[in-house]
Amino acid sequence: MADELVLLDVHVSMFGMRVRIALAEKGIEYEYREENLANKSTLLLETNPVHKKIPVLIHNGKPICESLIIVEYIDEVWKDKSPLLPSDPYQRAKARFWADFVDKKVLFFFCSCFCLSVFVKKKIWRTKGEELEAAKKELIDALELLEGELGDKPYFNGDNFGFPDLAIITFYSWFHTYETCANFSIEKHCPKLIKWAKRCMERESVSKSLADPVTVYEFVLMLKKKYGH
Amino acid sequence: MADEVVLLDCYYSMFGMRARVALAEKGVEYEFREENLANKSQFLLEMNPIHKKIPVLIHNGKPICESLIIVEYIDEVWKDKSPLLPSDSYQRAQARFWADVIDKKVSVAGKGIWSTKGEDQETAKKEMIDALKLLEGELGDKRYFGGDDFGFVDVALIPFYCWFHVYETFGNFSIEENCPKLIKWAKKCMEKESVSKSLADPNKVYEFIVGMRKMYYGLE
Repeated sequence: MADELVLLDVHVSMFGMRVRIALAEKGIEYEYREENLANKSTLLLETNPVHKKIPVLIHNGKPICESLIIVEYIDEVWKDKSPLLPSDPYQRAKARFWADFVDKKVLFFFCSCFCLSVFVKKKIWRTKGEELEAAKKELIDALELLEGELGDKPYFNGDNFGFPDLAIITFYSWFHTYETCANFSIEKHCPKLIKWAKRCMERESVSKSLADPVTVYEFVLMLKKKYGH
Repeated sequence: MADEVVLLDCYYSMFGMRARVALAEKGVEYEFREENLANKSQFLLEMNPIHKKIPVLIHNGKPICESLIIVEYIDEVWKDKSPLLPSDSYQRAQARFWADVIDKKVSVAGKGIWSTKGEDQETAKKEMIDALKLLEGELGDKRYFGGDDFGFVDVALIPFYCWFHVYETFGNFSIEENCPKLIKWAKKCMEKESVSKSLADPNKVYEFIVGMRKMYYGLE
């Protein structure tokens, strides 16, 4: 019986992009369904009643939620092609650690712009003066830490594109938005990271899954206007 | 060559307790090193330079950080005894999902209950009750979150049980009244030696928090 796969997602979501990359890496066909987060579908509310968020992967009717959990699921089920996590338990723990780091440290800068109505905390394009500078500094510190971890390796895992690369690369599509709104250059602070990002973008699974940075920026402008900023 | 396992931890930490329970389930011998979080050891800062937090598991000199990542690591390395994650991929995804819910909802609300007052505290209390009810719903009539066997989600949640006394006292509510099935589940878990030996004494946790409230939050 052929697998039935549906992905509930939003084009500009860096979390949804992670799933798209994983599915593309494995060469899996699926139905993509764009959600309108201002008017969530019944299917989304039924398949993710706890968080009511995208992405949700529905595999033969069974939902899986949370982007990194979905990616691990995909890696386990379609294990014969393009493994994303290493086989060694220590390397796996390291890969999971860096994906988790991105979600903890870099997340709220990006997520806040997406959930403007919910996250009333630090938003790089709403906050002014000192707060903006502090938020910018925290972001740069986090990116510099990532660059340190990458070192001279082609990818975070080593020679092969894998789980931490996938978890981090999707934020690249949001860099233009951050740089424009906060008036700084990420490449100036983290040239190696940008080099790594461009290397990842040469992979079709990545280039086809990431949203266009201009589209992301226009989306944020639209949100800013909608919420009166 | 015998394994060398060291756990950098703090007696009161529910996150550290997760690692302790997992190691006990697997029958792994290890050295427990208590950290003073107000004066972190050089060793901790070297082993976890990114977050500078406990727990850190050091296996033959290699550090693993973040409690749920540590538990998965333990489960993978010592895979022949007491499996914590199910073997089915979908069930594994579900187990990871609920452990993540605990981190996102229970942990956050818990801190709010003992470190804030007034409206903020009331909000935290409501969020805690909602989160525990959600988990109770997921437990259903199963013996454990893992089904018949104690598993990953059970390991992730049970350490919070020794903090319930703190939440109930400062939040002025009864968890058992709101979630009787969850308390029944917790007591069943406590019958396991791996759990009862790993969890802190609720009264000691309470005294510790009384001190923390005064020192860091100006609360009596």
